Formats: sequence, structure tokens, C-alpha cells
Amino acid sequence: MVDSVKPSGHEVIRIENLVKTYMLGEVEVHALRGVSVTVAPGEFVAVMGASGSGKSTFMNILGCLDKPTKGSYYLEGIDVSKLTRDELAAIRNRKIGFVFQGFNLLSRTTALENAELPLFYSTVSPKLRKERAVNALNLVGLGERIHHHPNQLSGGQQQRVAIARSLVNDPSIILADEPTGNLDSRTSVEVMEIFQSLNAKGITIVLVTHEPDIAQYSKRHVIFKDGKIRSDRMNENQKNATEVLKTIPAIDEEVAAA
Amino acid sequence: MSIINVLLSAFRALQRNKMRSFLTMLGIIIGVGAVIAMLAIGQGAQYSVQQQISALGTNVLMVFPGSQQAGGIKMGAGTMTNLTEDDALAVGRECPSVAYVSPGARSGGQVIAGNLNWATSIEGTSADYLEIRKWKVEYGDFYTDQDIKAAAKVCVLGATVADNLFPGGDAVDQNVRIRNVPFKVIGVLERKGQNAMGQDQDDNILAPYTTVLRRLSYTPNIRYILVSAISPGEIMNAQNQISELLRMRHKINSYDPDDFTIRNQTDLASAATATSTTMTILLASIASVSLLVGGIGIMNIMLVSVTERTREIGIRMSVGARERDILTQFLIEALVLSLVGGILGIIFGVSGSQAISGLAHWPTIITFFSILLSFGFSIAIGIFFGFYPARKASQLNPIDALRYE
Repeated sequence: MVDSVKPSGHEVIRIENLVKTYMLGEVEVHALRGVSVTVAPGEFVAVMGASGSGKSTFMNILGCLDKPTKGSYYLEGIDVSKLTRDELAAIRNRKIGFVFQGFNLLSRTTALENAELPLFYSTVSPKLRKERAVNALNLVGLGERIHHHPNQLSGGQQQRVAIARSLVNDPSIILADEPTGNLDSRTSVEVMEIFQSLNAKGITIVLVTHEPDIAQYSKRHVIFKDGKIRSDRMNENQKNATEVLKTIPAIDEEVAAA
Repeated sequence: MSIINVLLSAFRALQRNKMRSFLTMLGIIIGVGAVIAMLAIGQGAQYSVQQQISALGTNVLMVFPGSQQAGGIKMGAGTMTNLTEDDALAVGRECPSVAYVSPGARSGGQVIAGNLNWATSIEGTSADYLEIRKWKVEYGDFYTDQDIKAAAKVCVLGATVADNLFPGGDAVDQNVRIRNVPFKVIGVLERKGQNAMGQDQDDNILAPYTTVLRRLSYTPNIRYILVSAISPGEIMNAQNQISELLRMRHKINSYDPDDFTIRNQTDLASAATATSTTMTILLASIASVSLLVGGIGIMNIMLVSVTERTREIGIRMSVGARERDILTQFLIEALVLSLVGGILGIIFGVSGSQAISGLAHWPTIITFFSILLSFGFSIAIGIFFGFYPARKASQLNPIDALRYE
């Protein structure tokens, strides 16, 4: 797949020969052993693999939370593998939206304030900050609950707040690390529905999951094994979450949340 | 992150653990309160010691004429007669550190009132004499500047003299004869007792120095100049100014010695002041130990807080908080703790020291300086002890922080 070495403006992500080695006490752990991949704008990529396959390490580097040992990583043409901690923080702030398995919302803080959080660390005016957070919450269907605290929201709703938070800075890419791992199957599909609708609006999404069912909602499957990419192929029969939801009997979410 | 947001989130974070925040603050409250109260007590003590000492006349200087020299034989201080009334007046006029001046004339002799008589000394002074000696008139009045100008034949009796000449009291408005010169008694001095040397300070008569010079001692030269400096701290300045002025007035060449002597009693004053200063410093340093302990309490709680909120730090870092943002956040929290603690401590300290002066009848003085000092100190402690936990938080690795359980 990787033919051109030059970084190109057409790709959101260009990763070349990425190597990550950890020292675990005396033992060297080769988490990534030369990974190359490019992601174009508007793609919806599912990164799959067994635990220990290196997909989490890959995700951390992709999210600028970690630096590679070797290799280069261009995010929108910027070589982020050589940036300092603060420069990486700025990249995370402007170009990357995170969605985590455990939601990672600030407790005792309203949905609105959680969604606003990335904007606190940028130079957005308080008025615009609130406006954008409200818009993002509306987009994920939580417009009614902006003043609720996380402990007043169901798991699916909390994950929606997290998605709103990832959207609020208008990032180049949304990275979702097992976003459905803590959710029941119907809520998982609901979350995938949101991702699909965001992707339809042109937002690039990279999703890490070990559930093949969930990966079916993406457009492309990248499968990791032993620190390398084993396969990278387009998903020929992408499932439509909205269609699937019609076939699943609705469980009263409010009751489930309580 | 704007400073208002940082402050808001700091207040909110502290509100979440109200009891813990309050207990942490208590260390600072007690520390600041103790420093203020101890300084107030110390300074109150210092003030009252200074009052008592200055009542002894410690900011008083005496200028004596120099030694007369006849063929290599020096006759001792005060034997020259070169101090004039004008010298004394010039000192009062031209030396900025001088508060009051009294030219001193002295005479003595038998004083007669009716059929009683008493041998005593007569001090000629200015109207400011009582101010200099911190003395008061018990009955009647003291003579005024008009009496001085007019060389009025009026006098004020020391208590011992009044006892001997007017055993029945009522000395005021009576007449006495001093060496056959009639004087009208216009007042009686408050009893002062013995001085440090065991002399009875009440056994004398005060009269306008002009009267004493012209009617009793028949000389234009005064015996000494009694001077009070504007404060005990200004004594050295006053002494230098007087010395310079008199050398100029007496046209003394720079290589010649003074033809006068200036004496002061600062030794006593400085010993006493040093004692109470030492006491104040001692009290304040004991109190500041508790402030320091309060600071360690802040550090302890902030460290706990950083550990508890590792995940929050990770979340904030993942959405783009820089090291500086996390550092500021936790530093501001520590600062808010010490700031609020400091303000409550000021209230506690001020009311505490008022309670002390009310209940124990100790004089307390709360100065703006002591409030500023302890408040500034508490802020400094907040920054100092808040920095380490805040730095620790800012150095966390975002991945580890996010995974922290």
C-alpha cells in the first residue's frame, strides 16, 4: 500500500515504519515492529487485533499521547513524532478528539462543562465556547441534558457526552478506543450510529475494537498481530447502524441506566 | 485557560471536599492568627515598655558647657560659662530632630513662706520643661511663654518643698521669698519620687529661667540646655545636629575639640527596647512555626489530591492541557487554600488579640505591617508547599494518568 515516501497533503495520517519498544524491567517489549499506514480524509477505520497485538500502543501514538521509538508519523503533514510534550498537547487540543472505553468524563461536572473542556485549553471566547459545546451535544442527541452530571446519565449518554467533547474542537480525526466496551449491545449500535452519521458528515474516524460486530460498521479494517499489520482491507459489506437498530427490540434505556 | 476559569475550578475542587479543605485551611488560619496575635502582644509590650522608659526621660539630652582650662589644668565639665540663652533657642529652632528645649539656669538658697523655711535648689526652665521631663502639675498651673518673656516672678513647687513650706496644702497663689525675692506660687508638681541615684526629685522649685538668670544668679550664661528628641530613635540625630550647630555658633575650627558636652541616657532605653524586641521576635517565630506546619498540611493534602485526581489530570491532558495548565491549576488550588486561610486567619488573629487585651488587660497593638507580613507569609507558604504537588501532577504521563485506577 505504501508507495510514496513523501508526506502528502491529501492524507490525514501517514505513518511510516513505526517502531515502539518498551522496557519492562529487564525485558524489551516490542509493541510495534514496523507499522506503515495512511488514512485519507473521510475514512472510517476499525483497528482490530487480539490483546497484545499492539493496537493500543498504535492508538496511543496515533493520539499523540505517546511517542514512537522509531519511524515517522505525519498528522495533516506535520511530523508529530519529534514534537515536545507541550507541542503534542497543542496537537491533541486542536487536531484530535478522543473517545475512551471508560468515557473518562469529569465527575461532578455537567455534560456541558465536560463538552467544553477542550476549549478551556484553547483561545476560544467563553460565549463561543458554550455555543460550540451546546451544538456538539445537540449533534449527539443530548441537547436536553446539558446540565446533567455524569452520574445522572446512562452509559450510552455518558459516551455521547464524550463524543460531543471529542467533536467540540472540530478535530481532523476522532480516535475511539473501544468506545462500546462498557455498553450493552443495543447502546453500542446507537453509539456506532452516531459515529456513522459523523462520518457521513466527512469526519475521519479511527476506531479500536476487538469486537468484529462493531468493526462491521466501519469502512476499512486494519488488523494487528504481534506488532505488525496483518491485513488492511476495505469492508465490502458495511452495516448501517440505523437499519440494524430497527431490528433490535428497544430496551427502556432510562430503566437500564437506573 | 483563563485565570477566572482556573479560580472557579479551584474553588469547585475545594468545595467537593469541604471538610478536608477546611481542616487544611485551619493550619493556615491558626498560623496566621497566631502570628498576628503574637506580634500584637509583643508590640503592645514593647510600646508600654517604651512608654515607661520614656517617662524616665530617655529621649532627653543634656548639653553642658565644656571644661575650663587654666594653664593646662582642666576644671571639668560645666565649668565654662559659654552656653547662652541664644544657643538654647537656636537648638530649638534649627535642629529638626529636637522636640523641646529648655535652657537651664540654677540657683539655690533658703526659701521662706510665712514662718516656715526650707533650703532647696531653684531650677530655671522654659515652659516646655514638663514636656521634656514627662512631668505634670498636680495643683495649679505651670508658667507660660509669656511668663518667660516677662521674667515673671512666679514659681512651681516640688512636692517635697510644698510639704515643708505649706504643710496644710493650699500652696497655690501663696507667696514665697527666695533669697528675699518674692515669688508667687502658681502650681505644685506631681510627686515623682527618687531618681535612679536616690535623689529626691521633688525637692526643688521651678521658675522661668529668665527670672532665675536676672533675679537670682545675675549671669547671662545658662548652666545647661535640656533637650528632648522627637523620639528615642532620633536621639543620635539630635545629638549630631546640636553638636554641629553649637560648633558653628561657637566658631570652633574643625580640628579643635567641642567646648561643650552632650549627655544622653540611651543605654537604658536601648537595653529595654532590645529586650522587648527580642521577646516579639521570639513570640512571632514560635507562631510562624505553626504557620509552617500549616503549609506542610497544604502540601500533604495537595499530594493526596493529585493522586486522587490522576485520572482527571489524564483526561485534561488528553484534551490538550499543557504542563503549565496542570501546574497552574493545582498551584492555584493550594494558593486559594492559603489565601482564604490567610484572610480567616487575619480575622481570627485580630479578634483574638482584642480578646486577649480585653480579658488579660495586656496592651496589644495590631499594625498593618504585621497583617501584611503574616498574610504575605501565608501566600508564600501556599506557593512554596503547593508547587511540589502541582509539579508532580504536571509531570504525569498522560497514558499512565488515563489508565490510573
